[in-house]
Amino acid sequence: MADLTSDFLGISSPNPFWLASAPPTDKEYNVRRAFEAGWGGVVWKTLGSEGPPVVNVNGPRYGAIYGADRRLLGLNNIELITDRPLETNLEEIARVKADYPDRAIIVSLMVPCEEQAWKDILPRVSETGADGIELNFGCPHGMSERGMGAAVGQVPEYIEMVTRWCKQYYDKPVIVKLTPNITDVRKPAQAAKNGGADAVSLINTINSITSVNLDLMCPEPTIDGKGSHGGYCGPAVKPIAMNMVAEIARDPETDDLPISGIGGITNWRDAAEFMSLGCGNVQVCTAAMTYGFKIVEEMCSGLSQWMDEKGYDNVSDFVGRAVPNVTDWKYLNLNYIAKAKIDQDECIKCGRCYAVCEDTSHQAISMGEGRVFEVIDEECVACNLCVDVCPVENCISMVEMAAGSIDPRTGKVVQDDYANWTTHPNNPGAVAAE
Amino acid sequence: MAHGQTASGIVAGRLTADEIATNFSDLHPAHAPHEASVAADRCYFCYDAPCVTACPTEIDIPLFLRQIQSGQPESAARTIFDQNILGGMCARVCPTETLCQEACVRETAEGKPVEIGRLQRYATDALMATGQHPYVRAAPTGKTVVVVGAGPAGLACAHRLAVLGHEVVVHEAKSKSGGLNEFGIAAYKATNDFARLEVEWLLEIGGITIQNNSAFGSDIGLSDLQNQYDAVFFSIGLGGVNSLHAEGVDLNGVHHAVDFIEGVRQSDDLNELPIGRDVVVIGGGMTAVDAAVKAKLLGAQNVTIAYRRGQDAMGASRFEQDLATSRGVRIMSLVQPISVLGEGASDEIELGYTRSENGKLVATGETVRVSADQVFMAIGQTLDGAPPELTIEAGKIAVTGAGRTSMSGIWAGGDCASGGDDLTVTAVAEGRDAAMDIHEILIG
Repeated sequence: MADLTSDFLGISSPNPFWLASAPPTDKEYNVRRAFEAGWGGVVWKTLGSEGPPVVNVNGPRYGAIYGADRRLLGLNNIELITDRPLETNLEEIARVKADYPDRAIIVSLMVPCEEQAWKDILPRVSETGADGIELNFGCPHGMSERGMGAAVGQVPEYIEMVTRWCKQYYDKPVIVKLTPNITDVRKPAQAAKNGGADAVSLINTINSITSVNLDLMCPEPTIDGKGSHGGYCGPAVKPIAMNMVAEIARDPETDDLPISGIGGITNWRDAAEFMSLGCGNVQVCTAAMTYGFKIVEEMCSGLSQWMDEKGYDNVSDFVGRAVPNVTDWKYLNLNYIAKAKIDQDECIKCGRCYAVCEDTSHQAISMGEGRVFEVIDEECVACNLCVDVCPVENCISMVEMAAGSIDPRTGKVVQDDYANWTTHPNNPGAVAAE
Repeated sequence: MAHGQTASGIVAGRLTADEIATNFSDLHPAHAPHEASVAADRCYFCYDAPCVTACPTEIDIPLFLRQIQSGQPESAARTIFDQNILGGMCARVCPTETLCQEACVRETAEGKPVEIGRLQRYATDALMATGQHPYVRAAPTGKTVVVVGAGPAGLACAHRLAVLGHEVVVHEAKSKSGGLNEFGIAAYKATNDFARLEVEWLLEIGGITIQNNSAFGSDIGLSDLQNQYDAVFFSIGLGGVNSLHAEGVDLNGVHHAVDFIEGVRQSDDLNELPIGRDVVVIGGGMTAVDAAVKAKLLGAQNVTIAYRRGQDAMGASRFEQDLATSRGVRIMSLVQPISVLGEGASDEIELGYTRSENGKLVATGETVRVSADQVFMAIGQTLDGAPPELTIEAGKIAVTGAGRTSMSGIWAGGDCASGGDDLTVTAVAEGRDAAMDIHEILIG
């Protein structure tokens, strides 16, 4: 039976599923419930400096994007960091950590970009016995207008500077949480590493307007007739998050930097995918905010079963396994040739493949008598659109052409060697093949 | 409850008023908005969708489902009404299980088609609830067309002609319009007086004058119509009924099923409607099922459908058969009536077993008797009162193309015309298409 125990930066937790810094981890009551439910760790909702806490709006904080049957695909929020006194949070953190020594508690922090502010808060966090800190350089709304959150995360120099202060005044692991609202996520990751960060976590939420109320002509969530952009998260952002994770994992400058993966992780498979791309553990928020804490049971059982099936004993066994297979487009094998194949026994004759191929692609599917849909190999470029729109799983597949056969589309023999764009004759910058 | 289910004879009050109310409530209740959105979202938006091909009125089903899904049932209703102005009733009574929903690819995929019928009802109900009629008439053409019979075909024809700017006069023999929508079909499919409300809504287009209690033949003749109007459309339905050729059919308690059904549809108080304890329905079509189910819902203790061929040859769809058996109706196949027995009134019916030999039905010689204080004959309807000048073919007014009869200037559609399948939806299609053809001939 697979061992789900996670060791991230020397912080042990019974499983690699942590709750991300967000409303679910705002206070002792929730965190105790989370630990009772089985979560391996939490990143406590972001603390600010001593003094009057921030205030939140008193109207709707969240907006949603739905799939069929109101399945929540994306959530947007305009909630700020904790609106409770610093002292209250610190006392609670200390109490919970004392009661749950086997669980990870990381404290998320966001204070102004002044050395003194960090110098003040870090010793107090240290006293709680928490296992580490996460620097919130990602929050894209509200706090960023005050020069914090994403406003810091978008300036690599600030990231490096603040990280360095934290390493100087705090002796436990420092995780830097990155914002996706930036052009090249590798730059802030490199800055964090240069500042001495023990790890990065990503992604924080994405700037978003989820919907517009067409009667009020106002973005939602709407506060007294006005709306503000919020931070977008949930299943819809997973592809964006995974790309950013992979970019950092395969960048030579940061490929040894541990990553805590965040972004739409909803079940064990999502977690395994993030981890295969280099994440030592994962953080979850929207899934818990949609279904409650109990989902961690499926995550644990699912990951455990899959690891058993694959023969992985420890979670570290598969971390980063997919990273070597993430490459640049120019290195993709242009000699690899596939054709779509429609399984007529599985086909339910909806004709979606035909409609999309005919209207929007390569006119490579024919519609015959009795609604029989067949691939025209002479036209098929194996784009996969038919597979993607087919409502029947495994009805259409991409079948690789054997080397030596002739591609009816080009009339050329399929080669069994590897050749990519860098050596392609159409590439003006092509280099001679070795 | 005066009598209960076990009292012999034909009596009223076998069930409590509550039981009757429950029994005759909506067979397929309307979707709630979220339910409709989820149900509509199941549509795959097929290319050249098979459901559209399967619909006699060729409603653009994927489009109207997408319009429901994107939150506009009123737009969906317009898509429906453009093809089928009686889309509200068709949503309720169409045998979708043999039409659009049978063709749905999700029926193929998982045996669970998109609920097209119920969703059509959701859309049409939404638009009709706005109290607005969605069409306006074109400029007057100065032409007047007469329609004989205010059933589905006649109403569809009249509405389309009115939209196109013609004046329409409709002669209807009965005191109410709607044809079988009003007098036939199952009560539990058209609750809350929907047939009447739909006719009223349809007439809001204007330009249509209905003259009720005006029967062709007795009140008006063909030459009158030809002289007075620019075109004639016959949609007189099938007014006659086949009778059983068996001993004892003149006994009390033996009725035509269509009369029984009409009685139920027109009843002001179903609790007052008498029904037998032991009811036998002869036939295998939709009328037989409707009559049998209604008898059961009224409280008959034992209801048997006796059908002379195998069950798979029944005109009623499997869905209808299952509906009947789920209500407690027994379906006996391979039996034909020999005689109805009783002293003055039916007491039992003798049925003879049959078998199929080389496609021919032959009696096996064995018989069985079934208690029957009431017998309903549902063995088909016939054309009655068609103008003798028109060519009749296989018992129906012969038509070609869009309902053109053997005489110029005269069209026919619906159950009275050749080529249809006696469905409301087909009648609507024929009425609509005849209207378009009449318009083309009149306007050129």
